[in-house]
Amino acid sequence: MLPNLTLIIQIVAFMAVAWLVMRYGWPPILAAIEERQKKIAQGLAASERGEKELAAAKTAANDIVKEARGQATKIVDQANRHSNELVEEARGNAVVEGQRLIADARQEVALESTRAREQLRREAASLAVAAASKLLGREVDARTHADLLNNLANEIERG
Amino acid sequence: MAAAEHEAANASEYINHHLKFLTTKVGDGGFWTLNVDTIFFKLLLASLFLFIILKVARNASSGVPGKLQTFIEMIVEFVDGSVKDSFHAHSKLVAPLALTIFCLVFLMNFMDMFPVDLLPWAASHAGVHYLRVVPTADLNTTLGMALCVFMLIQYYGIKHKGIGLFVAEIFTAPFHAHGPIAKILLAPANFLLRIIEEVVRPVSLSLRLFGNMYAGELIFILIATMTLGSSLASAGTWAMMPMQFISGFIWTAFHVLVITLQAFIFMMLTIVYFSGAVQKH
Repeated sequence: MLPNLTLIIQIVAFMAVAWLVMRYGWPPILAAIEERQKKIAQGLAASERGEKELAAAKTAANDIVKEARGQATKIVDQANRHSNELVEEARGNAVVEGQRLIADARQEVALESTRAREQLRREAASLAVAAASKLLGREVDARTHADLLNNLANEIERG
Repeated sequence: MAAAEHEAANASEYINHHLKFLTTKVGDGGFWTLNVDTIFFKLLLASLFLFIILKVARNASSGVPGKLQTFIEMIVEFVDGSVKDSFHAHSKLVAPLALTIFCLVFLMNFMDMFPVDLLPWAASHAGVHYLRVVPTADLNTTLGMALCVFMLIQYYGIKHKGIGLFVAEIFTAPFHAHGPIAKILLAPANFLLRIIEEVVRPVSLSLRLFGNMYAGELIFILIATMTLGSSLASAGTWAMMPMQFISGFIWTAFHVLVITLQAFIFMMLTIVYFSGAVQKH
């Protein structure tokens, strides 16, 4: 039961095994484990970051869509208002133009009728003078009987 | 009466036979003897352990590990965690040493799980008449490991603290004195305590493991003697057979815990001793 030479061999063998494990066994295995842990940590961090970025992008996209919708509504409103204005303005212009045309036409008609009446009067006066001179057998002096003739013309005109 | 005596003699012969090492003398005196079976199984298991560890280390990848690598990594992480929990200095030595102790002690203890007669019986057919298969049930193995741990602790303590502080602490701790006279007075007590403390460690480490494994082996042998040399014609044999089966089963199941626990204790105490070696008093 007492220790014997085996003890020395055990010491040497154990030291050799421990040294080999320390030198060649432990470091690569632990390095692999730690590197994998780092990789996993990085992967998790990256996925978390990705999720956050995705959420942020979604919010941003929502904001943009909302803003765009608002702008579109505003533009449509503006366009509607503008077109209404245009229509109103066109209607107003048309009314003014029409009234102007009507007024022009009326003026023209009045002018034309005045002119025609004037001519008619003149012709009626000269006709009356001619008829009177034919009746009297002599020439009627238009200047001397101007008042008469005028009255006549007025009467014709009124009649 | 004669039959019973004969049986008892038979049993004690059987037990003694099982507790005898396969030895070879290399010189005069009791010391110059080699326990061939212990050395053989120790080297065999150490080679197995080294083969697996170095193979995994060579092919270690930080990508998706294989099944063997996962298994080894599990052990490595467990040992690394234990070391980090109790040893708070940077050392390239402690964790690999703890791994070596845990795996080697476990493998050597595990030889106890083979049926107690199987390997000696097989060896007897090869002309080898004595064989003890559990290297940790040999005091040489456990004391050898404990002495290695002891020497490494001293070496590590000197390396970590410097020889001056190391020697000074032998004489000034655990009793601290302030005056020079008190220091000199307390020095012998400190020195004595330190020597006892240091010597107790390898002794307790080695005897604990040795005692557990020796007792475990002995109980397996005792269980084996329950039906030793009995014949199927006797009723006692039929009564003993289930008993033997049940007790063998229970002790094996219990011993699975013991061998793991002893390996763990040896490793843990080594780590604790190392952390004590770097502590400044």
